[in-house]
Amino acid sequence: MNEAMVPFYRRMKDLPSTHLLGTGTAMCAGCGGLGALHEIYDIIGEKSIFVNAAGCMTLLSVYPFTPFRGSWLYTAMASAPAGAQGVRDALDILKAKKQIGEDDDMEVVVLTGDGAAYGMGLSATSGAMERDLDFLYICYDNEGYGNTGQQYSGATPHAAKTSTSKGPRGFSGFKKDLFSIWAAHAPAYVATVIASEPLDLARKIEKAKSLKGPRMIIALAPCPPGWDYDPKETVNIGKLAVKTGVWPLKEYIDGTVVHTKIPQQRMPVEEYLKLQGRYRHLFEPQRDEETLKAIQHKIDLYWGSVTASK
Amino acid sequence: MSQLLLTGNAAAAWGARLAAADYIPAFPITPQTEIIECLASWIDNNEMDARLVTLESEHSMITAAGAAAATGIRVYSATSSQGLLYAMEMLYSVAGWRTPFVLTNVSRGLSSPITLESDHNDILAARDSGFLQIHCSTCQEVLDNTIIAFRLAEDPRIRLPVIVNLDGFYLSFTREPVELPDSEKVRQFVGEYDAENTLFRASRPVSQAVAVLGGSPYSYFRYETHLAAQNGLAIYEEITADFNQLFDRQYDAIEAYRTEDADLVFVMMGSFATKAKDAVDRLRQAGQKVGLLRPRLFRPFPAEGFQRLLKKIKAVAVIDQNISMGMGGVLHSELCSALYGQQQAPLFIASYIGGLGGRDISIEEFFEMAKEVSDAIQQDKTLKPRLLYTETELREVRKLQAVAQVERQELLNTNRHQDNEEQANE
Repeated sequence: MNEAMVPFYRRMKDLPSTHLLGTGTAMCAGCGGLGALHEIYDIIGEKSIFVNAAGCMTLLSVYPFTPFRGSWLYTAMASAPAGAQGVRDALDILKAKKQIGEDDDMEVVVLTGDGAAYGMGLSATSGAMERDLDFLYICYDNEGYGNTGQQYSGATPHAAKTSTSKGPRGFSGFKKDLFSIWAAHAPAYVATVIASEPLDLARKIEKAKSLKGPRMIIALAPCPPGWDYDPKETVNIGKLAVKTGVWPLKEYIDGTVVHTKIPQQRMPVEEYLKLQGRYRHLFEPQRDEETLKAIQHKIDLYWGSVTASK
Repeated sequence: MSQLLLTGNAAAAWGARLAAADYIPAFPITPQTEIIECLASWIDNNEMDARLVTLESEHSMITAAGAAAATGIRVYSATSSQGLLYAMEMLYSVAGWRTPFVLTNVSRGLSSPITLESDHNDILAARDSGFLQIHCSTCQEVLDNTIIAFRLAEDPRIRLPVIVNLDGFYLSFTREPVELPDSEKVRQFVGEYDAENTLFRASRPVSQAVAVLGGSPYSYFRYETHLAAQNGLAIYEEITADFNQLFDRQYDAIEAYRTEDADLVFVMMGSFATKAKDAVDRLRQAGQKVGLLRPRLFRPFPAEGFQRLLKKIKAVAVIDQNISMGMGGVLHSELCSALYGQQQAPLFIASYIGGLGGRDISIEEFFEMAKEVSDAIQQDKTLKPRLLYTETELREVRKLQAVAQVERQELLNTNRHQDNEEQANE
């Protein structure tokens, strides 16, 4: 490890105090994805180009406004990583031919929602990793096709109600393990983050910035309209996602997965679920003991294997 | 200048090499693969200074092509058929980004049924995308027009991607003598790539391809693209005149062959037009005044050119190597709309569909079409659109169907026999 790998962000007060991303965007109040993006952008900086896939954040840049200080390219839902490939390759060609200097180079960043990352865009993402593309990939994961009104996606967790799983049991499927799918490609870096843990997030983005190759980030993005809760609860719900063990904060590097924040006394998952309207049917009109137990059991199993492997 | 025997595919690859493309996003598909194999081998052997990257799909390939062109370099790519359709979302997108690059399409019929052989339904599906389209009928034309396409795409009055089309198998795999233009002269002709304002630099942050709200800005940008595409007509003439001066080969937006005093003119695109030329020569020998028009430029559509060239011509027979289900030949409809209401326009515009999925159009069929149209003129009757198909072909298909029926019946009989045996055993 070189000197740059010694974390600069040791305490909360080390975090940037001025913010780069502009305000007044079309994102919803309390958007957990936008919170994560703010924190990430402060560290990536303006020498960057965001290559975007169709999703909520496509509406960040609406002609003629943008909250970014750097560049932006909207592509389509499935192929943002291929857009990043084209930009990265073009910048490398221009540098090799000395048509631009190092000063004009940029960090190439893909910005997609879970709909693109877990589903339609997975093939393009896999291709970019297999080609060892030097880029940063950010998925803001609000666990459904949020921009179209929260239909279930490959990222939707078991039992959650969405606008296409309104039945008494909610979504029958299970959230896809994208972290492991990505890690199986052995890219330079994979990490999970959440805006409500800004120090953990900052350290990971800093680390990602210091590496070359595919650097893959999934940010769990609590979503007030999609998850049906009051916008002021976004940070609280984010913290509970970590404390209950629903959202494990971890990173993959050099073939190893390390958990960066292991909840010492994990809170019952109920504490996280009961704040969200999408899980209300598990508590009202009567408790769905069986489903609640099944959800808790899966989380216990996960953390059991984490602590056993330590 | 030197002469080589080149396939249509190799000619396309030479076009990209001579025009000094910097970047080639690729994905293999029959019958296009030879193009990217050629380029890859030149790059590997340091004969061409470019980078080739194989993407995981044509959708990604066109995204990468557009994104690289949007970053400010010269880009070339190639595909065919299903690949072009798989990329369709991005064809529309990157044209809207106003990224000037060149894409070769090696025409091949579309599924279903799946086939490898040629027709024009693939390229015509991209008709409204914003890509300009140049259709070739010889290997020389493929090479020259690939070079011309870079100038056309990059012209400040256009700034749109261009597709150069050649027919699968008939051109892609046919070797023809091709004059290889001098590479220095081609560089002068094409010029250095000028990104203009379509680029990404850290010192010049810019947002490209952003969303718009409402129909007014949307319409504005769509109209701008259309008007830029229309500029292509005059600019293609301008560029090809330059090309002619340097290389002594003339390419008009519409190739006219023996049409001056013609009573009947065939209209068709692509390599099969060379068959039509042969038919024209033979019909002329037999005393019939027949000619041929072949649009090289299909987008923008050279409507005025057709109006001029078909003025006072009695009859036209359009031969479409494509089929718009429930409507008919695409070129026929486009030509009719260009000619409707024009003074002294042809009265008869007959529609024939042929050459689908690599099906040949025989010389006898050209004679038959000429005779049918001439008879119709004399008898003053209208002609219904015709689907070219011979009795022999129908008999061959009936044979295949008969084999299929017999085999199916055999399978049913065997199953029934086994069921009966099982019942008897119970």
